[in-house]
Amino acid sequence: MALNNITLGQFYPAESVVHRLDPRVKIILLIALIVAIFLAQNLLAFVPVVLFLYAAARLSTVPFPMLIKGLKPLRFILILTFVLNVFFLQGETPLLDLGFTVIKKEALITAVHYSLRLVLLVLASSVLTLTTAPIVLTDGLERLLSPLRVIHFPAHEMAMMMSIALRFIPTLLEEADKIMKAQTARGADFESGHLIQRAKAMVPLLVPLFVSAFRRAGDLAMAMEARCYHGGEGRTRLRVLKCERRDYIACAVMALLIAAVVVLSRLY
Amino acid sequence: MSEAIISVEHVSFAYEEEGREAVRDVTLSIPRGAFHAILGQNGSGKSTLAKLINGLYLPTQGTVTVCGLDTKDDQNTWEIRRRAGMVFQNPDNQLVATIVEEDVAFGLENIGVPTEEMPGRIEKALADVDMLPFAHRAPHTLSGGQKQRVAIAGVLAMRPEAIIFDESTAMLDPRGRKEVMAAVKKLNQEQGITVLWITHFMEEAVNCDRVHVMHDGQIALSGTPEEVFADPDKIRVYRLDAPPMARLAQQLRQAGMPLGQGILTVDEMAKEVCRLCK
Repeated sequence: MALNNITLGQFYPAESVVHRLDPRVKIILLIALIVAIFLAQNLLAFVPVVLFLYAAARLSTVPFPMLIKGLKPLRFILILTFVLNVFFLQGETPLLDLGFTVIKKEALITAVHYSLRLVLLVLASSVLTLTTAPIVLTDGLERLLSPLRVIHFPAHEMAMMMSIALRFIPTLLEEADKIMKAQTARGADFESGHLIQRAKAMVPLLVPLFVSAFRRAGDLAMAMEARCYHGGEGRTRLRVLKCERRDYIACAVMALLIAAVVVLSRLY
Repeated sequence: MSEAIISVEHVSFAYEEEGREAVRDVTLSIPRGAFHAILGQNGSGKSTLAKLINGLYLPTQGTVTVCGLDTKDDQNTWEIRRRAGMVFQNPDNQLVATIVEEDVAFGLENIGVPTEEMPGRIEKALADVDMLPFAHRAPHTLSGGQKQRVAIAGVLAMRPEAIIFDESTAMLDPRGRKEVMAAVKKLNQEQGITVLWITHFMEEAVNCDRVHVMHDGQIALSGTPEEVFADPDKIRVYRLDAPPMARLAQQLRQAGMPLGQGILTVDEMAKEVCRLCK
């Protein structure tokens, strides 16, 4: 069992315009796009959303198969949504007589609508995570949430925790691999048996891993203090996020898109 | 040499949960620009002493002053930690960021260095330890010696006057140890940064200005490396082994070779043997 081939997140490194957008702007754009997807009342209103996503995906230079891969875990939900809607929704116009039931036109349209909505939601968030490194995303979230500090929301602490987690995931994976090999050498068996047996076999892996994680945490806290870490107050940053022209353009396009979706939804 | 940059006076320290004193009545003074080593077995109190100097622990008795600042005064804490940086043992557990460059920036961000000033300081610090080509790498892709050099750069960027190395080579392979040792010596010689080198490798102490041997929480022996290692039997009492060349010299002397005193390295041994052969 190799643990080291797990890639972190699904970031696709490239130098595209989409990659270079301010992470704050990208997060806001994603939220706006999700709103637009829910605002769309008919299939026609999805057209601008699809066009926007297509353009974003093309500009990002992320290969399409990678984008589509994000849909794979959702395939059962998608099929279920579609099938349930097709068969069980009521409608007036009969479309296809299957003998045991009659598929109605309205039901088919709603089924397509709901499934498409799901697909678009997943694709939209995939574009964000594929084009933004996890650490940059964390940074963007911290900046976006920092106004909430007035109500004592620990934005800085949360971001620091996330970035430390990102830093230590490869280290802990390496360690888990080492412990696993050490335990295998002592006769532990991680790969056979039914589910409960295998879960039990994880105990000799997890206990040392936890102990070492806590020791690491203690060491790291000490090292951070030795380097003058004392919370988010008075802290400056190496990377300062600055909105540039492309960010404003992206926002403008999004505003147009929402307007288009609303108008198209009304037209029908 | 000039004034003491680190001065430890009659310091004792006990961990709350243990009660036993880990450091007992230690007095130590390190002049500016010096390279001192502290040697000792595991549990001799040498790491505790390091943490006392950096203000991570506060002495139960006595005073520790760094650059004239008392560690007991809360207001001095951050200034002391900036001026006397610390590099720890485990290279994995002291790097905070996911990219080398950002890790070096961590300390600077903490002390509020303006953003415009950061890139220059980071670049210089990385260049000083020959790690500039790795600025954009992820720490987990580096070797142990490289990670430790990044940790040194992180301290260096804060422009410290002294650096305390708490067994910083203990977890490295021989090559990594050599890399780190060389980088530290260069900093000491070229930039005049005071070094306090804590270790249990005897051979790392042979080139420093002064060696302090710690045993059971106390400083048992202090002197130049030549003085401390002159009699391998003496330091064996503290469960330490003199560097291999010092032991060899002793054995040769016992076998009747009239070797001179103060032989600690292979080079010195070779020179002395050549002298005798002439």
